Amino acid sequence: MNAATKELLQNLNALASGLFLLTAFGIVAMRQARGCLNLFIAQSLLLAASAALLGLRYDSGHLYGVALVNLISKPIIVPWLLRRTSPAEIYTRREIEQVLNIPAALLIALALAIGAYFVGAPLANAVGPEFRGPNVPIGIAVLLLGAFTLTVRREALSLLIGLLMMENGAFLAGISLARDLGMLVELAIATDGLVIVFIMGVLVRAVQKQVGTTSVGELASLKETPRVPAADEGLL
Amino acid sequence: MSVIVILLLPLAAALLVCIPFGKRWVPGVTVVFCLADLILVGRLAHQLVCGEVPTQLLEPAWSKWLAVDGLSALILLLIAFVGSTAAIYSVGYMAQLNLDGKKLRLYYANYNLFIFSMLAIPVLAEPTLVWIVVELTTLCSALLVSFDNTREALEAAWKYVVLSLMGAGVALFGFMVLFAAMRAGGAGIYTWTGLVTAAPKMPPILLQSAFLLILIGLGTKVGLVPMHTWLPDAHSQAPSPVCALLSGIETTSILYVIMRLFPVMQSVPRAHATTWALVFGLTSVGTAAFLLLQVKDYKRLFAFSTVEHMGIILTAIGLGSSAANYGAMQQIVSHAVTKSFCFFAAGATLLIVGTREIAAVRGLIRRSPLTGAALVFGALAIAGAPPLAVFLSEFSILKVGLAQGEYLVTGLLAIFIVIAFFGILAHVNGMVFGASMSPPPEAAHSRSGALVALRAPFSYRLALLIAAIPVLVLGVYVPKAMQELLALAAAALTR
Repeated sequence: MNAATKELLQNLNALASGLFLLTAFGIVAMRQARGCLNLFIAQSLLLAASAALLGLRYDSGHLYGVALVNLISKPIIVPWLLRRTSPAEIYTRREIEQVLNIPAALLIALALAIGAYFVGAPLANAVGPEFRGPNVPIGIAVLLLGAFTLTVRREALSLLIGLLMMENGAFLAGISLARDLGMLVELAIATDGLVIVFIMGVLVRAVQKQVGTTSVGELASLKETPRVPAADEGLL
Repeated sequence: MSVIVILLLPLAAALLVCIPFGKRWVPGVTVVFCLADLILVGRLAHQLVCGEVPTQLLEPAWSKWLAVDGLSALILLLIAFVGSTAAIYSVGYMAQLNLDGKKLRLYYANYNLFIFSMLAIPVLAEPTLVWIVVELTTLCSALLVSFDNTREALEAAWKYVVLSLMGAGVALFGFMVLFAAMRAGGAGIYTWTGLVTAAPKMPPILLQSAFLLILIGLGTKVGLVPMHTWLPDAHSQAPSPVCALLSGIETTSILYVIMRLFPVMQSVPRAHATTWALVFGLTSVGTAAFLLLQVKDYKRLFAFSTVEHMGIILTAIGLGSSAANYGAMQQIVSHAVTKSFCFFAAGATLLIVGTREIAAVRGLIRRSPLTGAALVFGALAIAGAPPLAVFLSEFSILKVGLAQGEYLVTGLLAIFIVIAFFGILAHVNGMVFGASMSPPPEAAHSRSGALVALRAPFSYRLALLIAAIPVLVLGVYVPKAMQELLALAAAALTR
């Protein structure tokens, strides 16, 4: 492989990572639950693309495996599992009342991404010069954005996507940092993601049956003063 | 070889309970398999104490994946013990719920899978695989927490899953950084022992970042303050035998994963691993001690006490010396056996009075002497009254702290423990001995749909009796074999 090809592959990987970050911002800004899921699928495809490109660049069969696993599990099996386990209502929900409005959420997300760069760059440098690509900072950024989504959203599907997004972010950093982690581990992590979707789907269905909504963030009866009437909640 | 059998038994039980052989088959299989596992684990621990080299216990081909040392054996023993008593307790719990076969099988299949995932944590040698089984503990127990299917139980389960998995995402990144640190420091096998060997050559910045990420990520599941918010919900809303598992051993077995990093961090100069442990530990003890004072729900009371005890253990590890590590191991044992007893007693109380509210329960000792006595005994034991197990372990930790000259840490720890002591006993004292000011529970306080029994069923009494033995015995006399196991386990925390 000559130097020009390597250069090209690295640039393509940078492009995929950049788009990956963009989808994460999209998920933060998107109110439609369905749209969040579509963006998440696009993000997983970009993760697979990045893994394949890095696999080509470093000639690592293991990374092809990661790409393949991601290609199958997230865009295909996750939506299928969700359809099987959880009520159709979760797709149609829109979050009109978020904890934060969209511009404020995007500003915080931007600050998190910049912060992630300052944390991720020295980390990648410490591992070695060839790890200096965009993967580690962007991975950390998406990890943080996923956590941020989890804290401001209330809708079941958005929360689930926030969780899976954190995992995607850890993976994007991981395929660069821990290139030869072992196929067994990668497979196990992918299966684990599917079990998460399954269990949470079952829980959402139970919540919908029992409480009548999929907006799980509104469940807040367990507190130190649970017997106080709801009128006092504004004070807490 | 026996290690693999230990792991396979709960899996086999999980499969067997799915066969519809009637209502006695399902709990029976679970109890028998859990007891068999306890015997096997006991034998394994005995072999280790008798000086057999850990690697001899395994076939060479497995040594990259499985490893057992004193620390693993100790955690295994606790999991098997609490798993068995909770299985016995479950028999009565499920019988009084009067469920259909499907729901019963769902409970026991999840129960056995949960036990399997916990047993796998101390046995697996590769950190990323350990991460996966930690995830499995969350996923297997989620449906157990939501088992009652009430609004509150679902809320608790949801919070539990979301926060634990959020922490797991952070921890996953931590484990990847750990792997990168290992590669950057030259070759090596990515196992706990391999990490300890390779640690001096690893870049310190990577190791420190990995440690913090894992401490925060898994600390969420241990219930360290400020990531503890889900814990009182999940540990109080779950069925009582599941509470015993969650509070008694699940938290401990996750804390075990964090403990594995301490010998790795010791080779890094100025790593501050022990300082972080002290900070998180003392914050947890302090916050939990004050939150204990204002609880309204007695199962939440014991749940907050779990946060407190996790903090005590972490503080003891943070003290750093080998004597302090020994104290931490003692505390792990005494907390696991005592806390499971407390939840058994709380479950029996719930069965008799039909409410979780502290204020609604008065004069329990007159309505049911056995349950009242068990609740008082549990509260005294977990609060650290002499001569019970927790008193001995807390005393030895404080003693070590003073001997090391850590007056500030020891003083704070002692103050928080005393506050928690009064917090727990003030609540429980009122519940058990308080003048009954209310009409009989059937009229006023029974929750809709909750069954009110007159006395605890036999399996409750049996589980309480078995669980009380180590609480009593370990307070006055620690057997020689146990001492050696504790010493072996404590040695695993230093290089």
